[in-house]
Amino acid sequence: MIRNQILSVENLSKSFFLHEQKKIIPSSSQINFKAYPGKLIALIGPTGAGKSSVLKCIYRTYQQTSGRIIYKTAAGDSVDLALASDHRVLELRRNEIGFVTQFLHTLPRQKTLDVVAMPLYQQGVSRQQGREQASKLLAELNIPKQLWEVPPATFSGGEKQRVNLARGLIASPRLLLLDEPTASLDAQTTDRVLRLIQRKKDQGTAMLAIFHHADLVKRIADDVVELTLPEKTH
Amino acid sequence: MDKILEVSGLSQIYGPGCDQCFTCTGPEFETNICKHCSSIVALHDLTFDLYKGEILGIMGESGSGKSTAVKCLYFDQMPFGGSAIFFNNKEQKHLFTLNPAQRRSLRNQHFGMVYQNPNLGLNFDISAGGNIAERLLMNRVLNYSEIRSRAHELLTRTEVLTERMDELPKNFSGGMQQRVQIAKALSTRPSLLFLDEVTTGLDLSVQAKILDLILEIQAELDTAMIVVTHDLGVTRLLAGRTLVMKYGRVVESGLTDQILEDPQHAYTQQLVASAL
Repeated sequence: MIRNQILSVENLSKSFFLHEQKKIIPSSSQINFKAYPGKLIALIGPTGAGKSSVLKCIYRTYQQTSGRIIYKTAAGDSVDLALASDHRVLELRRNEIGFVTQFLHTLPRQKTLDVVAMPLYQQGVSRQQGREQASKLLAELNIPKQLWEVPPATFSGGEKQRVNLARGLIASPRLLLLDEPTASLDAQTTDRVLRLIQRKKDQGTAMLAIFHHADLVKRIADDVVELTLPEKTH
Repeated sequence: MDKILEVSGLSQIYGPGCDQCFTCTGPEFETNICKHCSSIVALHDLTFDLYKGEILGIMGESGSGKSTAVKCLYFDQMPFGGSAIFFNNKEQKHLFTLNPAQRRSLRNQHFGMVYQNPNLGLNFDISAGGNIAERLLMNRVLNYSEIRSRAHELLTRTEVLTERMDELPKNFSGGMQQRVQIAKALSTRPSLLFLDEVTTGLDLSVQAKILDLILEIQAELDTAMIVVTHDLGVTRLLAGRTLVMKYGRVVESGLTDQILEDPQHAYTQQLVASAL
């Protein structure tokens, strides 16, 4: 079957140059893969192999050192995310590309429901509709109802992570990047999260994910990209 | 997306200035003082675009030129060189070619400014409500009860106790003065708002409230904002894009998360590494 790829990562490398120490820290090197709608690719490899760096390069949180990151937009254009203008990247983040990180940065007073619904608000969805959808997701992820109207700053690690996940999933991005979406969750909650991810796959979202457990990769991934530790340079 | 502001080559020199001012100052010389004529090159070749509803952060230490940039754009001072175009629907206005009356009208109708020091943005000798009325009057809102109700509405929105509307802002706390200043700046629903170190010197819980308020307002009114700050946390929470300045020059610009997580320039790396 021929499917149209949504993302093509070609010879992607990332290293960091630290001016103070005059040192180059290699992270990911010569990464190649393609992502397709409705499929989840798991990035695997030991800690320090540059898995998160790959996701961050795609999201443009990191500036890649070399290589191309060709994204096919909803309108059908091909954009090299490494070279696209900041405004273009912001627009794609708002409408097409989502990222669930391990950290939750929120405004101090923003209530959990609004934190989750924010991507919808940014797309112009009304507050009421946004909150309705956020409620459904939070219920599905087993976040107690009495927490919905509270800012997530004081939540437990697992609760914050699920809030983060709900926010990442709510707007149904075309490409979703997941950095350890189940890291601090128990088995039961992990199952719920996997069900949600499966549903997004069925809806056609292309996903790239980092999981730390091999059995999770087996359960949910359609394809695997293995990263190795960068060679030491001196 | 529509562009609202296009700034190119904006420069500012304090002092007599000479031919070599720009070639012997900047981050690579670690100074902004010209060794030939002792002028201060506060700003050189600042170029950026701002889109409708966007928040741009300008980050840098004291003396980096960030406030000078905003002061030039808000007509608090005229720049040494460069241009800035403000787009208002189909209309284009070249800021530094306008006459004083045109500048005043732009400043009163379309721009807003919140200073670090509330003393600069507010008239301390008239009441909080009076400060807002002053700005509305300049925009030809002349009906007393309308002014009164607009002031009431704005102060409620910025969480100033409305029973204190008729008191002098000099008797308010710093955080409250800042909120009155924001209410005043917003009274004309400006399409472009300048915020110069607005949370500096306020305690953390008050800072949080002001930042929340700014973002809520931005979402509500789709106001484009230029936020000048030395605080990385403020930039992270507010700005989608950020310029990093040193000795009057932009040393790095990009998406805020990229600037903070993968800074390229030596100075930005140092700045990020030394943040609390």
